[in-house]
Amino acid sequence: MIEGIFVEGLIYGIMVLGVFISFRILDFPDLTVDGSFPLGAALMVQCLLLGMNGWLALLVAFAGGVLAGVVTALIHNHLRVPNLLAGILTMTMLYSINIRILGNRANVPILDQTTLLKQVTEKFTGIIPDEYILLVFFLIVALVVKVLLDLFFRTDLGMTMGAMGNNEQMVISQGVNPKTLKTIGVGLSNGLVAISGAFAAQYLGFADVGLGQGIIVSGLASVMIGEFLVLKSNRIGVLTLCALAGSVCFYAVMYVGRFYGYVIHMTPSDLNLIKGVLIIALLIATQAKKLKVPFKVAK
Amino acid sequence: MIELKNVSIVFGQGTVNENKALNNINLKVKEGDFITIIGSNGAGKSTLFNTIAGTYLPSEGAIFANDKNVTRDPEYKRAKYIGRIFQNPLLGTAGNMSLEDNMTITHKKGMKWLRRSLNSKTREMFRQQLVQLKMGLEHRMKENLVMFSGGQRQALTLLMMVLSKPSLILLDEHTAALDPKNAEIVLELTNKFISEYNLTAMMITHNMTHAIEFGNRLLMMDGGEIIFDIEGEEKKALTVEKLIQKFHELRHKTFENDRTLLAED
Repeated sequence: MIEGIFVEGLIYGIMVLGVFISFRILDFPDLTVDGSFPLGAALMVQCLLLGMNGWLALLVAFAGGVLAGVVTALIHNHLRVPNLLAGILTMTMLYSINIRILGNRANVPILDQTTLLKQVTEKFTGIIPDEYILLVFFLIVALVVKVLLDLFFRTDLGMTMGAMGNNEQMVISQGVNPKTLKTIGVGLSNGLVAISGAFAAQYLGFADVGLGQGIIVSGLASVMIGEFLVLKSNRIGVLTLCALAGSVCFYAVMYVGRFYGYVIHMTPSDLNLIKGVLIIALLIATQAKKLKVPFKVAK
Repeated sequence: MIELKNVSIVFGQGTVNENKALNNINLKVKEGDFITIIGSNGAGKSTLFNTIAGTYLPSEGAIFANDKNVTRDPEYKRAKYIGRIFQNPLLGTAGNMSLEDNMTITHKKGMKWLRRSLNSKTREMFRQQLVQLKMGLEHRMKENLVMFSGGQRQALTLLMMVLSKPSLILLDEHTAALDPKNAEIVLELTNKFISEYNLTAMMITHNMTHAIEFGNRLLMMDGGEIIFDIEGEEKKALTVEKLIQKFHELRHKTFENDRTLLAED
């Protein structure tokens, strides 16, 4: 059970890193995520069904996610639509697109396909105990993504993106077009979300058009848990690690809720309520934590 | 250099709230000019800056930079050669990032890519530049800027802008939000940098004494027009009394309301 929690937390952790980029670094609340997560899953499944190599399929899913993010950024930048609404527009359109990708079906199973996860499991059988293979695999995947992101946000481009989330005027004054930064950032964020969706589809054994429902709330809750757990820091390496840790914690809570919730007569449909309540509780706890700080930092 | 030809800006054109913020402005900023601008609230000083910087698109007229028409260039493009400092000392720097990160972003203008410029060499360069501020900031390069005072952040913004060597700098009451001591320090630094680096600058101020003391040219604005443009020896001979007298002559209205706005010391 414990490895299941970690695997789930790490798969969704890649999505949480994406949400962290848009919400925290770019200050761009992006709801595209609800559509780009199942988009990644749908692209992965369809590519596998077409007999494509698993890694190549992952790249396709990533590209699809980037494209979805770019569309949101373009709607926001050029039509002067508020970022929330731009995300909702793309998300809504993606619902139809995802069904199209899945061949006009809402759910496509891939239980008999050779997924990346099956290949990895086969390769390492006997070397690592079976139940830990996926755990190790996703630990490596999540850490690779984390380290790549850390490196990215320490380049000039990444740093400027961080500055934009804090102070857009400063970035304009440096002769940088914030629209370009937003396009790159939201694209990257949704690319990661799609990768997460692609892995989730393989782990679950199917792609479903409803897979992304409420995923943004889960992502945000995970980011907030991560921030709550660790002391305030501005080091990108710490922040991304917090996001991953938050994801594992959040999905642990959800896992427990799913499997032991019946004890208190909880059904799976109650989980969304739990997520919302969890976020509200975190907001209250964070406020209480802030009040203890002697001075308030103006934003 | 920068030239404005018949520039007008009308807000809310065709509505009852129509407001001509700039009225047929013609202005030529020569290289090496240090222009101070005074005028009461609503005179159009900030609108003039916003128009030069590219935040506002003029309703009429054209703006030229180095003989090139830049009227329709967006703000971020003009920012490559126009440096700007705002009244709000927090607008020039990112508070949630460290001093060295801020300097990495600002030491060169233009789009940034996947290079990492922050290394031991640039760090040493930044440190030497910070010494010029005489604030001891060179020992605090890893600290987040939220820990710094408004005066320190404004001085930093000034330094970082000067180092990017802009053709024109726009100072929009950049000391108004600081306490008197810090305002004095930042103003002194401004004057020092402008003469040392031979910069072309425009500075809005509400302080008539500063307007007279600093720079080689003075503009007085009222009702969206430049009503008084004086430079050289003539400007040196100016006093606060003469300036108020001049305004009265030109506008046939009393300055009493404005005296409260324009400080004399």
